[in-house]
Amino acid sequence: AMDTDLSSQDRKDLDKFIKFFALKTVQVIVQARLGEKICTRSSSSPTGSDWFNLAIKDIPEVTHEAKKALAGQLPAVGRSMCVEISLKTSEGDSMELEIWCLEMNEKCDKEIKVSYTVYNRLSLLLKSLLAITRVTPAYRLSRKQGHEYVILYRIYFGEVQLSGLGEGFQTVRVGTVGTPVGTITLSCAYRINLAFMSTRQFERTPPIMGIIIDHFVDRPYPSSSPMHPCNYRAGEDNGVVYPSVEDSQEVCTTSFSTSPPSQCVFTVTKAHFQTPPPVVTDTLKVPVMGLTFSHQLSSSRLSYQPAALGVGSADMGYPVLFAGGLNAAHPHQLIGPGKEGGIPPIPSQPAHGTQADQEKMCTPLDGVHYSAATPSSSEDTETVSNSSEGKCGSPHDLLETIFIRKVGAFVNKPINQVTMANLDIPFAMFAPKNVELEDNDPMVNPPDSPETESPLQGSLHSEGSSGSSTGNTHDDFVMIDFKPAFSKDDILPMDLGTFYREFQNPPQLSSLSIDIGAQSMAEDLDSLPEKLAVHEKNVKEFDAFVETLQ
Amino acid sequence: DAPSHPPGVTPAMNCRAEVLEVSVEGRQVEEAMLAVLHTVLLHRSTGKFHYKKEGTYSIGTVGTQDVDCDFIDFAYVRVSSEELDRALRKAVGEFKDALRNSGSDGMGQISLEFYQKKKSRWPFSDECIPWELWTIKVNVVNLANEQERQICREKVGEKLCEKIINIVEVMNRHEYLPKMPTQSEVDNVFDTSLKDVQPYLYKISYQITDSLGTSVTTTMRRLIKDTLAL
Repeated sequence: AMDTDLSSQDRKDLDKFIKFFALKTVQVIVQARLGEKICTRSSSSPTGSDWFNLAIKDIPEVTHEAKKALAGQLPAVGRSMCVEISLKTSEGDSMELEIWCLEMNEKCDKEIKVSYTVYNRLSLLLKSLLAITRVTPAYRLSRKQGHEYVILYRIYFGEVQLSGLGEGFQTVRVGTVGTPVGTITLSCAYRINLAFMSTRQFERTPPIMGIIIDHFVDRPYPSSSPMHPCNYRAGEDNGVVYPSVEDSQEVCTTSFSTSPPSQCVFTVTKAHFQTPPPVVTDTLKVPVMGLTFSHQLSSSRLSYQPAALGVGSADMGYPVLFAGGLNAAHPHQLIGPGKEGGIPPIPSQPAHGTQADQEKMCTPLDGVHYSAATPSSSEDTETVSNSSEGKCGSPHDLLETIFIRKVGAFVNKPINQVTMANLDIPFAMFAPKNVELEDNDPMVNPPDSPETESPLQGSLHSEGSSGSSTGNTHDDFVMIDFKPAFSKDDILPMDLGTFYREFQNPPQLSSLSIDIGAQSMAEDLDSLPEKLAVHEKNVKEFDAFVETLQ
Repeated sequence: DAPSHPPGVTPAMNCRAEVLEVSVEGRQVEEAMLAVLHTVLLHRSTGKFHYKKEGTYSIGTVGTQDVDCDFIDFAYVRVSSEELDRALRKAVGEFKDALRNSGSDGMGQISLEFYQKKKSRWPFSDECIPWELWTIKVNVVNLANEQERQICREKVGEKLCEKIINIVEVMNRHEYLPKMPTQSEVDNVFDTSLKDVQPYLYKISYQITDSLGTSVTTTMRRLIKDTLAL
């Protein structure tokens, strides 16, 4: 076997590292898509037994899902752990945004020291993951979630499925760590069709008419594992906006506790073997650089529990997760009995009435908030699904969102505000008006020339044309990065290419708008006599103007 | 001032060097520099070491937090350490002021160097041996109107995303890192002055380039107390 050179202790340690690395990877990814800023505190004294010396909180439901997907296995060749991030609109349309893959390949590094080098490199890799999760396009989307869409995650184990990302997806590598049993690699494949969707386009939503989005795909794989929302937070307005929930999806609120990680203590001794303290479960000695390196893994889950709390007590006030708050303060970590590293038994569900009290946010540890967990029925976390809706009214009542758009003069001002619920076009809000793509997008179609636009549309609107569109039905395309000949291409092109891009599809003139065309036409006709009168009054000025042009 | 190397020793022999370039608007300089420096230091900081009897040590926990930029459509993660953040902000603030006051075309560079100290016998002062050098070249642009600024916000955000990916690529190469020190050696490898995290020993310096392309100002800023000990 490949690992005959690896001592059994090393092997055990390595397996444990990989397992917890996988769990922490999932936590980092999902937390980065909650839509909120994450903040954890550094702690100089290693009370916390945080895996890989990083303060990464554990959302229990996420750990639970990860363990369920792994089903006791570890990433191995051909068996990858994948975290799929997708977006689901309030209309119920969903789209895959990213797949994060934790894979193992066959390339082994026999020489590497498991308990020391591998561990530290896994820590470094988690830091890289923290950094990279903020720079893919889905991050910005996830920060804006809550009203029109939510971000969901799904964990699966096995073969990586990238087909749901659309063509031309890009890949970023987070990093690799060689181990004696194979090389761990962590990467992300992400959809780029929405890559350059700026936040402007969410604040100034374009008129929906005529936009056709072809990114909508049915989920190619009836999910073997359910999707979960990343964001558990209550809406910022009064009333909670929930997506319409498929049967296979879960909108869960759970009581929150952290799973007890194990403590790693690195020791560097000179040919001296440590007497392990009572809580040590493993001891490993690996010669390193002429020093005897002794490594203790201890499971210290009971060591930091406040004395007042009894283990397994049903009266424990678990902080409530629902706010999406990752709100475990070290001294208040509530650890239940359970397998080492396992999730403690989830106690009763909080009543959803507590939603109204929910804090917004992941707060720094010193500002930690708690909502008292109000025990209600002791339903299993996984079956909560639609129970939340009962408290919030029918989800459909809440799905109407109002779009208000800032546009310049002469532009189609909708008489009625357009409500999302009235529209049956999927992903209408993601109208790729000013999507710029890298040249390698094979889905590119060149735009049709805007022959139908009146010359007046070339006028500059104060807000530019971003986020708006015409009644032009030729918008089911994405535009490549436009490099017109002889134009400059420096970092800030305000040149022909940019100009063209920016103003290529300015908002429709009100008089040309299809949806209210008839109505405004009538208005226009009515107001014609008045306008003519005004113009006649000013005829001298017009004549003078014409003179100057000659 | 900076300890000098004994003559004849080339300090940069085994020092890997990475260069990043960004073009930003004046008001974006600080945030862009902080984003890059913090990302590097995230990877180059550990928890505090606590040495115990018989040479064993334990490592503290590093917390992290998200930072949103105000002038750039960008967010990054930094180590949760106010001391470290303050130190970086101070250096970046000086760099920004120097850029602004130089009257140049707005070109300069800021460097983050990681080094190890090697004790020398008297009369030589300790050597500082750099093992990794990050240089960020900055080009400050002036924009004419709000439109351009908005585009700049996005463009610089995208560019910074690329830089973060570049930094992570370098970090992933797992090239030379100083070996973990014993207690007596820890201050030669790590900056142990902060109370909550422990970055590798580092120093930040910057240069402003005048319009002729020559560097006119070189300021070595030592941000570590160790200087005073020499």
